[in-house]
Amino acid sequence: MTERDVYVVRPSKGLAGSFRLGDIWQYRELLYFLTWRDIKVRYKQTVLGALWAIIQPFFTMIVFTVFFGKLAKIPSDGIPYPIFAFCALLPWQLFSFSLTQSSNSLVAERNLITKVYFPRLIVPIASVIAGLVDFAIAFVVLLAMMVYYDIAPTTKIFVLPILIAFAVLTALAVGIWLSALNVKYRDVRYTIPFLTQFWLFASPVAYSSSLLPENWRWVYGINPMAGVIEGFRWAMLDRELALSGMVGISVLIVIALFLGGLYYFRSVERVFADII
Amino acid sequence: MSVTAIHVEGLGKRYEIGATRERYFSLRDRVSRAAASPFRWVAGALREQRNSEETSEIWALRDVSFDVAPGEVVGIIGPNGAGKSTLLKIISRITEPTEGSAEFRGRVGSLLEVGTGFHPELTGRENVFLNGAILGMGRAEIARKFDEIVEFSGVERFLDTPVKRYSSGMTVRLAFAVAAHLEPEILVVDEVLSVGAAAFQKKCMGKMEGITGEGRTVLFVSHNMAAIRRLCPRVLLLEQGRIALDAEPEVAISRYLDRNLGQGAVVTSDKFEGELQGVIRREDPTIRLREVGLMDGSGVARNTFNSDEAIQVFVGYDCLTAVDDLRVVVYLVDEEDQPIIVTQNVDDPSQDDFARTHPGAYVSRCTIPPNLMGGKRFYITVHLIHPKVEHLILNKVLGVEVSFQGYNGRHEGWSSAFLRPELQWATRKLSVDKKG
Repeated sequence: MTERDVYVVRPSKGLAGSFRLGDIWQYRELLYFLTWRDIKVRYKQTVLGALWAIIQPFFTMIVFTVFFGKLAKIPSDGIPYPIFAFCALLPWQLFSFSLTQSSNSLVAERNLITKVYFPRLIVPIASVIAGLVDFAIAFVVLLAMMVYYDIAPTTKIFVLPILIAFAVLTALAVGIWLSALNVKYRDVRYTIPFLTQFWLFASPVAYSSSLLPENWRWVYGINPMAGVIEGFRWAMLDRELALSGMVGISVLIVIALFLGGLYYFRSVERVFADII
Repeated sequence: MSVTAIHVEGLGKRYEIGATRERYFSLRDRVSRAAASPFRWVAGALREQRNSEETSEIWALRDVSFDVAPGEVVGIIGPNGAGKSTLLKIISRITEPTEGSAEFRGRVGSLLEVGTGFHPELTGRENVFLNGAILGMGRAEIARKFDEIVEFSGVERFLDTPVKRYSSGMTVRLAFAVAAHLEPEILVVDEVLSVGAAAFQKKCMGKMEGITGEGRTVLFVSHNMAAIRRLCPRVLLLEQGRIALDAEPEVAISRYLDRNLGQGAVVTSDKFEGELQGVIRREDPTIRLREVGLMDGSGVARNTFNSDEAIQVFVGYDCLTAVDDLRVVVYLVDEEDQPIIVTQNVDDPSQDDFARTHPGAYVSRCTIPPNLMGGKRFYITVHLIHPKVEHLILNKVLGVEVSFQGYNGRHEGWSSAFLRPELQWATRKLSVDKKG
């Protein structure tokens, strides 16, 4: 019997200055299994299966190309509009899917939460990670399109993992807030579709952030996804970055959101089982 | 031994009644109020916060202290709403205590429900791994025990079939098999033996006996007095959130049974809410049990009867949607949960639409005729069933004491018989009297 096996249950006072992240490490196998389950179950009993991961961004791209690219003639900085849009839709869908899933995750696991102990943070984390699978599938389509449009990847492609991680972290930062709020206020569930839609139009998916005047572009940094999306185009399509000062603000915002979310989550976690 | 496995001191848990009834709040009210008059809203919200802390709170558990030595098996019994579940939830770290502390030496595994986290779309094999991980087993540990688990469950042939195609019995067997192979140093178990068919229950009981015999520390909550007697040399009786008795099983059990009779002849949902078992929808429930009660022929609620009196059992419930083929089942069971009588509501086929119950509040009554029961103590168990949707079970919700009156003053004795019905007897003389 090791020291770790001795534990004490008592009312927690404040937050005791710790996010108890070690807890999560201890329960990493459960994290693995919950993620695995989310992935396994996602396309069970569907005819098209994992094709859905491609269909959604692909058809969104077509709609965008027809309406924004052809009819509204939104400039795409010299890049063919379809790939310009698709390259942005990839990180966008990763983000919005992860955000939606993680926000609803705790309430969906009500049964687990009232019957078994584990660090509750595992639940939103698992659903965010599960979103990466769809992303990977859709990514193959992007590569195919690059071949079609004869765009060769450069070494900048190695920055991609950082951008992906940042998109996931952003989704998680917002997701832990919303999932915890959702336990108490079910209104959150209805807010999420609205929020993601609004966020989509506030992100340079259908258009380029070069549309914004240069000296106002930093304001765009408030939306962390703007940097991620422009970063994707930069890394994959070899175009200039129109960021100017956005990145720093975005990073600060995500860190603040994430730490704030962790703090809030940890402080309400103990009453989840009572009010969920 | 000076070292304890579990040391509980002054444990208490307070619930705010308002907060439990109103499970979640609507932002709409708050936002619309805020929009109408922001300043008043802020003041109001703050006031509300303060008020909710002051008003209507109940202590589900209070001042609970006990020690358990390593290897000890302790049963926890108590009437509905005495705080058994709350105690287990605190010990399992699902919810935090309001005061006090509990200290554990050793890995704690808790089993508040069989099959937590089973996913209907996954196969039996996949669910074993998922459920094992949820209960706290590592991947390697599950893989090692996998064959044993499968063998115990007896569902080998269906391992690669999604669990949604399983019968409910198969699901339960597989789930219990996983749970039974949990090997923590301290095991906390809530009423999991009451699942499955009788043969499987026996197997589970055997497994539990094996576990308790291995020197594992076990806390075991049950309504099944036979199981408590067999497994636990020490029993804690909880009453109204406090430990009323810490004694040998016989002493604690008889006090509990006496008390159960005294608790009145009508129980309402606020008393038994935590005791509901079966298939319950937390969201969008379709049926809800409101009350269960006993009364005599003239409508007076009581729970002691003479055997020559009729006993009426009534079950009050709400249908929240239209329910097809609603079934109300009343069991009379003995102390050890063995059914003596099972009876089910009868539809009236002369009504159009008789198989459908429309939304609304209902009371179903069944009458146990006079001169049927023996002089014993019985318990009422109620099932309310919305086929394929919900199945609410309330085990031993009430006790009934019957004292046998005899017929024409005869037939005293035979006190072990549960049923002593007055049946039709006919006696005639067979041989013709030679003298005539």
